Amino acid sequence: MQAYWTLARRELGGYFLSLTGYVIIAAALFLMGNCFVVVLAKLQYYPTSTPVTELFFNTEFFWLILLPTTPLITMRLFAQEKFSGTFETLMTSPVKDLEVVLAKFTAALMFYAVMWLPLLGCLLVVRHYTHDASALDAGVVASTFLGILLLGAMFVGLGCFASALTRNQAVAAMISLVFGVSLFLLAYLADRFAAGAHWQAQVLACFTLFDQMSDFARGVVDTRAVVLYASLALFSLFLTLRVVESRRWK
Amino acid sequence: MSDGLMIEVASLTKQYAGHTAVSNISFTVGHGEIVGLLGPNGAGKSTTMRILACYLPATSGTVRVAGLDVFKRSDEVRRRIGYMPENNPLHLDLRVGEYLRFRARLKGLNWTRCRRRVDTVMEQCGLTEVSRRIIGQLSKGYRQRVGLADALVHEPELIILDEPTIGLDPNQIRSVRQLIKGLASAHTVLISTHILPEAEMTCNRMVIMYEGKILAAGTPENLERLMSHNSQVIAEIAAPPEELRECWTQMPQIDQFDVSPCEGEYFRCALTPRNGVDLRPSVYELACKHGWPLRELRRSRHSLEDIYVQVTRPGEEEET
Repeated sequence: MQAYWTLARRELGGYFLSLTGYVIIAAALFLMGNCFVVVLAKLQYYPTSTPVTELFFNTEFFWLILLPTTPLITMRLFAQEKFSGTFETLMTSPVKDLEVVLAKFTAALMFYAVMWLPLLGCLLVVRHYTHDASALDAGVVASTFLGILLLGAMFVGLGCFASALTRNQAVAAMISLVFGVSLFLLAYLADRFAAGAHWQAQVLACFTLFDQMSDFARGVVDTRAVVLYASLALFSLFLTLRVVESRRWK
Repeated sequence: MSDGLMIEVASLTKQYAGHTAVSNISFTVGHGEIVGLLGPNGAGKSTTMRILACYLPATSGTVRVAGLDVFKRSDEVRRRIGYMPENNPLHLDLRVGEYLRFRARLKGLNWTRCRRRVDTVMEQCGLTEVSRRIIGQLSKGYRQRVGLADALVHEPELIILDEPTIGLDPNQIRSVRQLIKGLASAHTVLISTHILPEAEMTCNRMVIMYEGKILAAGTPENLERLMSHNSQVIAEIAAPPEELRECWTQMPQIDQFDVSPCEGEYFRCALTPRNGVDLRPSVYELACKHGWPLRELRRSRHSLEDIYVQVTRPGEEEET
């Protein structure tokens, strides 16, 4: 347990000791700000009763932030250590493989959560200027952030796996981008073709990420989505653990 | 714990896809010894050390550290080992103190002990004045000492150092070597090197590896004795050269000789013995008998350099 916290702290600290962390946060902040301008401009001409949070997820900005940032966050996790050789000093310390994988995942997820915090600021600004308490409901904000975190856990988990596969950070980023974009395309397909009653359509319907995120943003916590995100995240962590252990089989 | 042995390696083999890095080696290291793994690059030293440090599994054979199998009880073994890999990888973005505290915590030290130990090892390795500097900005010598401090921080029973002095300047090498020597009393140390004088100076015992096999093992003196059975005797005698040649020809123990003039009236005789006899007493007696002044009489020592070259020369492997 001590090793887990020590490692997680070091990993999280690592983002802020290099420029990468700040650049990622700045870029995400820039896109988030843009997104809000778009949402507010829309609101000006077409007033609706839809929550602001949901409007946010109906712009492409959310995916524009999510898809490229998660590979950037996760690419360094294992690849950098393997490249610099510190992976050897790490794995010859008395730490368990599982602790290493979980610590790295936790740190990446925490950084991801920190990256999204400015969104809260944007929402507060809206609430401040609308002078309307109903414009921003605490429950809705909580479920929105839960959605962001769970979806993020899935993408970060896949990124972890990608990073464990290689010692080259750029390659790790590309692999996890491929994973991310595949999920995105799957969601796109599901959005258009999941109407049928046969089993393929029903499986596809599980991956309607856009609808699921809109649900979260409306304050609806759908267990199907929660289970999907959590199980995919766990599965990718399991694969990561196998890859880390694999040096003992060679 | 098995009767005082720190490391037991028994018929260890490691194969990578396509080639054998280490083939069927066995050796033991006792408590408190400093043992050098010696060999040219690619001899299998690093692989052996990585297996000992639980980073790689062995293909076959058993490896025990403090009586514990490195594969089955890897966690307990890693707690007992301080390992510094080749090229000494470090987190270059951390400060020296931060890095050592991080490593100490990772190795399971509690806060008070962590702080105390980090202060101690920084003092021991001469890092106290750079403790707030970022590792990436330190010179190679300092980085090497940070690596050493990391290996020492949890007071391991066994310290494994893979090429600890590679790439350092002579002064830095000396200071690192001194540091290693200072560890001898409290720890068992296994170091690898391809630099002979280093092993000669720091180790009580050496294991010479070549192409994945152990060619020779023993104390530096023993290895020398192994070689010295046909070593030459050099004598500088002031006598007429013809008489000298006459005497050497008559002595049955002498296989070959060479007489060459030195400064003054002295002649330098290089005598090769038959069957490894020590020629020095008979040469002394001869000089006394004839009343010839004898200025120098010594047996030329085979340095480890010779042993190393002889033992690792391809095609002429010598088993012990």
